[in-house]
Amino acid sequence: MTLSKILKNTLLVLTACLVLSACATKKEVATDIQGQMQGDVYTGTDTVEYLAEGVPDRVFFATNESILTTASRETLRAQATWLRKNPGINVVLEGHADERGTREYNLALGERRANAAKDYLMTYGISSDRISVLSYGKERPVDSGSNPLAWSKNRRSVTVKAN
Amino acid sequence: MIKKIITLFLILIPINSYALIEVDITRGNLDPLPVAVSPLSIDEKSRKSFEKVLKKENIGEEISSIVENNLRTSGLFNPLSKEAFLQAPDIANLKPRFEDWNLIKAQALITGKVNFIDDKLRVEFRLWDVLAAKEMMALAFTTVPSNWRRVGHIISDKVYERLTGEKGYFDTRIIYVAEEGPKTQRIKKLAIMDQDGSNNKFLTLGNELVLTPRFNPASQMVTYLSYFKNLPRVYLLDIETGTQEVVGDFPGMTFAPRFSPDGKKIIMSFAKDGKSDIYTMDLENRLVERITNHPSIDTSPSYSPDGKFITFNSDRSGYQQIYIMKNDGSGVKRISFGNGLYGTPVWSPRGDLIAFTKLHKGKFYIGVMRTDGSGERLLTENYYQEAPSWSPNGRVLIFYRETKTNAKGEGFSAKLWSIDLTGYNERQIKTSTDASDPSWSSLLSN
Repeated sequence: MTLSKILKNTLLVLTACLVLSACATKKEVATDIQGQMQGDVYTGTDTVEYLAEGVPDRVFFATNESILTTASRETLRAQATWLRKNPGINVVLEGHADERGTREYNLALGERRANAAKDYLMTYGISSDRISVLSYGKERPVDSGSNPLAWSKNRRSVTVKAN
Repeated sequence: MIKKIITLFLILIPINSYALIEVDITRGNLDPLPVAVSPLSIDEKSRKSFEKVLKKENIGEEISSIVENNLRTSGLFNPLSKEAFLQAPDIANLKPRFEDWNLIKAQALITGKVNFIDDKLRVEFRLWDVLAAKEMMALAFTTVPSNWRRVGHIISDKVYERLTGEKGYFDTRIIYVAEEGPKTQRIKKLAIMDQDGSNNKFLTLGNELVLTPRFNPASQMVTYLSYFKNLPRVYLLDIETGTQEVVGDFPGMTFAPRFSPDGKKIIMSFAKDGKSDIYTMDLENRLVERITNHPSIDTSPSYSPDGKFITFNSDRSGYQQIYIMKNDGSGVKRISFGNGLYGTPVWSPRGDLIAFTKLHKGKFYIGVMRTDGSGERLLTENYYQEAPSWSPNGRVLIFYRETKTNAKGEGFSAKLWSIDLTGYNERQIKTSTDASDPSWSSLLSN
């Protein structure tokens, strides 16, 4: 085999790889968008940070809702377990809304969402003294997009260490 | 500052005249009244004195162009091009040659002159009915030269009032939130400007998030929401002195503040345990009163101009809707029943209408309805807009509008817009930064 032939073959293989991977990426993105929401509640992990291993820091909500989903309750139980193991840590629950609502109502909605999370933590034995609540309404989105997926990421309550 | 600003002397009593021209502001004005604003005449000595003090080459022309701009933006008047004017400003002010003004189709003519007297600015102006060949009004003021912009606004208000029969709204200011930076980390500052966008000033530095400033209708106080020390609370700010204080001692977030019409109370929401209720605080005796008590979100309260009623939005029906109640919280009655969500009700200073934001099928509308909820009219539709605030005469609404971002989340902007109650004359109000949450002051000179 001449060198040029080798090169040619390599190029062909490379091109084939590129085409294939491009396809794979495209497919992944498509399924990801679908797989990242259930109803209009965000179920992905893009924006999620971890308070400790296996303890996600946030829960997500449906439009105009403050009801905790099954997944949210699971997250909050993990947070409660972690808080019980770390009695010195206090937290702030930061409640947020998406951009599709009036500013003042969204401030109230963020507070209501954070309180839904707080109530749940309290039923799992975390004292209210250790939890404070802060609403940002629609003022601090994590995703600046103007589409349903971005809005779903922004409708959230985030548990933040206070000390 | 405001009180000491202007001494207004009426030196000439308006001459009794039964003018033919009248502008009807109750319907959309598609045929604005042609008006000629002749530049205020000025003698050479006065011109030079003002040039020295104000760094303006011809203060007469500057004041006239403020009047012209105000009249144009109202949508009710069509100021004619000065190129076509045949008569010199000084002569026109003495005795207009009505045939000449008639020829260029002017129906009203404004003339006047400016003098520099004892370090003061003295302005006289006259409004003429061209068709009837009569003087409709003549007024003069004396003030400190630095007030020249306000003189332009006051003349505009007088002309507007004489020709429409209703008070003007030009000698007013707008307080708003100036915005900068990426959408996820917006920096927000309180800012204030004249109604026409000039004299812009920032009142806070942007160190903490600030929202929803509202003027006291009776003074130069402002109430707003600040996240100072990460505690969202309602504050009171004196624009003149810059002093601020927290309103009340609530164990949690207070928000959505507004003054009562007499300026003596602040009405606001207090959020606790997932529910938001409406409270008032008396600014004299600091007495706090609870107005609503419901497990829902009750917010965005606004008083009727007589102070006897309150409109607010609540999701007690399951979704955000508009309600009214007596000022003690009794007699709660839902008034919005159309399709969609309704929020941010604001009672008109005239008392007959409530302006609101409506969200329906993914679009935001600014609209008005009567206080019993009947006669809903949507004035404007957009991707996102909210928070209408009334001009003091109840004829114009100012609000803010945000743009949709592109697929990459770029292209966000927030701007102030105004629209006539009639649904006509939609305009963007230019600001040096992005802007939201506008609130219109009362007339500064009354």
